[in-house]
Amino acid sequence: MRGWFPIYLREMLILRRKLLRQIASMSVSPILYLIAFGLGMGSDITIHGRSYLEFLIPGLVAMTSMVQAFAIATEINVARFYWGIFEEFQASPLSDPAYVTGEALAGITRAILSVLVVILIAFLSGVRLSYNLFFWLAVILNSFLFASLAIGLAMVVKSHADQSLLTNFVITPMAFLGGTFFPLDKMPIWVQSILKLLPLTPASEAIRASAYGQTPPGFPYLILTVLGCTLFGLAIKLVKKARD
Amino acid sequence: MIEIVNLVKRYKTVKALNGVSFRVENGEMFAYLGPNGSGKTTTIRILTGLTKPTAGDAYLNGCHFERDSLKAKRQCGLVPQVINLDMELTVRENLDLHGRLFQMTSEERRARTDALLEYVELDDQCDRLVNHLSGGMKRRVMVARALLHAPEILFLDEPTVGLDPTIRRRIWSLLKKIQQAGTTIFLTTHYIEEAEFLADRVAFLDFGNIVQLDTPDNLKARIGEWALDKMVDGHMHTQYFPSREGAQAFIDQQQGSFSLRRVNLEDAFLTLTGKKVTADGSVAQVSTDHEPTAALLATGPDGP
Ligand SMILES: Nc1ncnc2c1ncn2[C@@H]1O[C@H](COP(=O)(O)OP(=O)(O)OP(=O)(O)O)[C@@H](O)[C@H]1O
Ligand SMILES: [Mg+2]
Repeated sequence: MRGWFPIYLREMLILRRKLLRQIASMSVSPILYLIAFGLGMGSDITIHGRSYLEFLIPGLVAMTSMVQAFAIATEINVARFYWGIFEEFQASPLSDPAYVTGEALAGITRAILSVLVVILIAFLSGVRLSYNLFFWLAVILNSFLFASLAIGLAMVVKSHADQSLLTNFVITPMAFLGGTFFPLDKMPIWVQSILKLLPLTPASEAIRASAYGQTPPGFPYLILTVLGCTLFGLAIKLVKKARD
Repeated sequence: MIEIVNLVKRYKTVKALNGVSFRVENGEMFAYLGPNGSGKTTTIRILTGLTKPTAGDAYLNGCHFERDSLKAKRQCGLVPQVINLDMELTVRENLDLHGRLFQMTSEERRARTDALLEYVELDDQCDRLVNHLSGGMKRRVMVARALLHAPEILFLDEPTVGLDPTIRRRIWSLLKKIQQAGTTIFLTTHYIEEAEFLADRVAFLDFGNIVQLDTPDNLKARIGEWALDKMVDGHMHTQYFPSREGAQAFIDQQQGSFSLRRVNLEDAFLTLTGKKVTADGSVAQVSTDHEPTAALLATGPDGP
């Protein structure tokens, strides 16, 4: 694992250089969803006894942290296909686990940053939720999972264009169906059981329960941990295979 | 020391390396020459862990390149053929990250970065984004980066492409200097005078096979000592002679104008990779045909 720090540091240097742009782009979609669904649907709707906005914000947290953690794949791809930096890593005495750790931590950092943006937006729209330890644990596990997935997929794709295809097929459906914008329990049972298989569903569940100040159920945390570690291991394998 | 044994690399349809074996001694400067696509980059990529070989073994200072890869990589420095710097970071940040990847302390990183950037005359550029540098400056950053962790074995894949003559010579003296300090250097180049000036031994690679491997002097001696160039119908013909007298005697029998000069490594390269060496190796003729084809020259019906 030793040696992950330069990888992390590099991503942070790049992030810092375009921090304002990044924060602006991180805020666009939460604000749009907030306007479209939160204000558009009005304040009459309540879900589980809470206003729709209170329901929506944790969903946006789950979605944004997923999207931003997954976006590490784009950074890796640019570094790999456009600039060949990945070869600088491959030729240095850096173990594959260390590489994946550095990139995953960079993904988690981006995700946390974007969650802070959502929290700020929520605060400005007058929503008060509890951002406790369980909340952050769920955010970190969720972004760990999607950063690991992103690293693995970034090793498999053959071009930058493939990458956006994957985002379209993997991330966009999940963003809408993973318990983010509407409660799953209103769905037919068979749809529910399919949607429960999406990794974002337990994340939304855990994040929402903790944001409501409830003690969240343990099961979603278990799923996120197991799935995250599996994808992390897989990413290490795929990095090893990424030599032609 | 670099030792490679029967290295084979096959891509789907291409056989890039065909069972290459050789040894580069400690502190030796070894040049690897060959036409485009002959497998030079492939060899370097395999030795530095960027590409997996189809078969064969390699040892870098005794460490197996795959089984002991981290230890092997720690001793190696690489200047790849294609520029691979972080364009969004500054020169100093690029070098600093490299130093961190090789686990150098912060004092080492700073001291080496300053010294190397000064040597390649980039000390005034160190806080600029790499993206804003000229092509030759980027190349110099690549060389500085590869040397930062003071590798024991240095791989350079066409390191001086696009450098101006002054800085190229500076890089040459730098390479000589670090060789004298004991570094083993493995270099590819299409500038044959570069290999002739720098290398202790030279290998000619052709279609993934080593066709010649010797010192530059021995390689030249194989085709003769003197070269006679003559233009015949727009083609340059070169003939080689073991002695000046022999060449002179030949000129006396012929008409037209000739130019007589000493054989250089480029002659040896063209002759030996063109496989036009005669059995006794003394007088060979190679036609270095530089004439463009009619199709290229055609300017259409209205042309001259
Ligand atoms: N990734 C790849 N996939 C398929 N074929 C490849 C790949 N990389 C190299 N080759 C093939 O392997 C052969 C050797 O290529 P290599 O890059 O080693 O040549 P080279 O000697 O470095 O040439 P140059 O002087 O042009 O740099 C070429 O025929 C090339 O097409
Ligand atoms: Mg090459």
